Amino acid sequence: MTLMHKFLATAAVLSLSAGAAAAEPALIFDLGGKFDKSFNEAAFSGAKRWADETGGTFREIELQSEAQREQALRRFAENGNDPIIMTGFAFGNVLGEVAPDYPDTKFAIIDMVVDAPNVRSVVFNEHEGSYLVGMMAAMASESDTVGFIGGMDIPLIRKFACGYVQGVKAVKPEATVIQNMTGTTPAAWNDPVKGSELTKSQISQGADVIYAAAGGTGVGVLQTAADEGILSIGVDSNQNYMHPGKILTSMTKRVDNAVYDAMEAGTDIETGIYVMGVGNEGVGYAMDEFNADLVSADMQAAVDDAAAKIGSGELMVHDYMSDNACPVE
Amino acid sequence: MDRMPGWADAILVPLISLLLAAFLSALVIIGIGESPVAAFKLMVEGALMRSAGWGYTLYYATNFIFTGLAVAVAFHARMFNIGGEGQAMIGGLGVALVCLYIPWPHWSLALLGSAVGASLFGAAWALIPAYLQAKRGSHIVITTIMFNFIAAALLNYVLVNVLRPVGAMDPATAKFPDATHLPTFQDMFSTAAAPMFRGAPANVTFFLAVIACVLVWLLIWRTRLGYEIRALGHSEPAARYAGISPVRTVVIAMLISGGLAGLMSVNTTQGEAERLILNSIEGAGFIGIAVALMGRNHPLGVFLAAILFGFLYQGGAELALWTTIPRELIVVIQALVILFTGALDNMVRMPLERIFLSLRRRKS
Repeated sequence: MTLMHKFLATAAVLSLSAGAAAAEPALIFDLGGKFDKSFNEAAFSGAKRWADETGGTFREIELQSEAQREQALRRFAENGNDPIIMTGFAFGNVLGEVAPDYPDTKFAIIDMVVDAPNVRSVVFNEHEGSYLVGMMAAMASESDTVGFIGGMDIPLIRKFACGYVQGVKAVKPEATVIQNMTGTTPAAWNDPVKGSELTKSQISQGADVIYAAAGGTGVGVLQTAADEGILSIGVDSNQNYMHPGKILTSMTKRVDNAVYDAMEAGTDIETGIYVMGVGNEGVGYAMDEFNADLVSADMQAAVDDAAAKIGSGELMVHDYMSDNACPVE
Repeated sequence: MDRMPGWADAILVPLISLLLAAFLSALVIIGIGESPVAAFKLMVEGALMRSAGWGYTLYYATNFIFTGLAVAVAFHARMFNIGGEGQAMIGGLGVALVCLYIPWPHWSLALLGSAVGASLFGAAWALIPAYLQAKRGSHIVITTIMFNFIAAALLNYVLVNVLRPVGAMDPATAKFPDATHLPTFQDMFSTAAAPMFRGAPANVTFFLAVIACVLVWLLIWRTRLGYEIRALGHSEPAARYAGISPVRTVVIAMLISGGLAGLMSVNTTQGEAERLILNSIEGAGFIGIAVALMGRNHPLGVFLAAILFGFLYQGGAELALWTTIPRELIVVIQALVILFTGALDNMVRMPLERIFLSLRRRKS
């Protein structure tokens, strides 16, 4: 028993001293997986950029089950990892319970607000970014019919859809927006085949620009849109490179910046709510050499103008999640 | 007698299958440049050497016991219930409604209430496929798997549109009231001096699962209904000749099966998350098939197989935490065990049987 105590005490001292030295940050990916070419991958690229630039290392885990959320948080916290960054709103409840148990560890959660003194909550105004790409979709459309393909049918994705529709209608009030959700289970985040089918169906209904906010499913949407010769809009990461000249733009959500900032700040990370919107370039649209020919100067000027107005607060884009309703269909 | 002894059938065959699976898994791990010995040590240490590890192992095992029993009971009537997933999902809905809308004074009553809710909802979800099989001859495999999808869609609709608190992002219900909190192993076994099972989700539902094992054993081998179920499973014409109604027996067996599958939601929903989330089942319904196959549809076998799969799940989590083995390969390792213990069962059994028979022949 005493031997055991001595061992435990030594272990505690060791882990304390390890914590006092440069603590290793940890990154927890949600069930979608690290290489979803979208949300989680953006987080990974931010972490990787930090590691490459600073020579630091970080721990990471891809979750396999719901029960592992709490487990991963506790194991990393007990291991002395700091800060612990997690991607996805699904961590909200668990973090709310775990954070108070480890007051000396800092946590950062993306896409959710958790009210605890040692948590940084990073939220994005996706409706603003979606509004901007909605405007571009409407301007690029010749049939005045555009499409939206969401991943799993949850409020967050309806928030994307609602911002997008508002943007479309701001340019062409008479335009039609066809909306589809890929599915009702988490599998909908990673079903490119279904994404492809939905794309074909929307094309047959006349859509000539389709916005995919569907994680890995979007890969199928972008592929089919490119094959069928219509335009598409990527999401989260800049996906323009995937089909050069076929992707109108991408609604970028700079999850990578959020992760990079958190790792850069390290144990001194500022806590509280951290909103990333159009104003502070947390969301936006992607321009690069791959879509330069698709976006005219007029289009870009109109969108930049709207972005400035959103940034200054002159233009308010309705947030679906504020009242669970969208003013336009 | 052209059969091998019972102990070989019940212990030797699964053991050899496991060793084969472990051997192939080791090759897989070597293939990606990691040490299989270190990986195995990590799994054992993480899942079995720490009390919190046991807490997770038993938590997963609780799920698998319920779904394994569900498959086993149906299988005794030669019904292949692969709808455990959907039945558990709907069972979760029952748990959520019971916990949210009835003001329980104490957790023990809440546990009884939610167990009733879960099993009723789960059984109800098995009723339609059972009726269609018994009366119309629609194949139970087809209907139950289709009902999994309907359950997912229904649950999604209810969570997103009805039960979700306004403004909440997660498609999930509100948190259950504190009175419904089930004691976890941490609450039960920890003392101030020696914290045990810290943070682990295993809870009092585990004992419910153990009781369910005993009750299923009594039902199948010690009651008239159990006899009818087994008789029907062995031969429908014989059962009919003996005056057993196939329709009634099929429906009742499936109702019990669905109820058992539903019960697993007490563990995930009331015991762990304390709210109903969309993917609280995560394939446990399907793992139940492997558990029942490996456990030879006997409650004791189901219990042991469920612990094994609980170990694989928790050990897999440890691998994901502390090594660079990607999670896809962890799934491969789990799948190898399922493949060998479940699907490739005869690959081990038939040669083994031949060995035993030739030994016997030599003796005589």
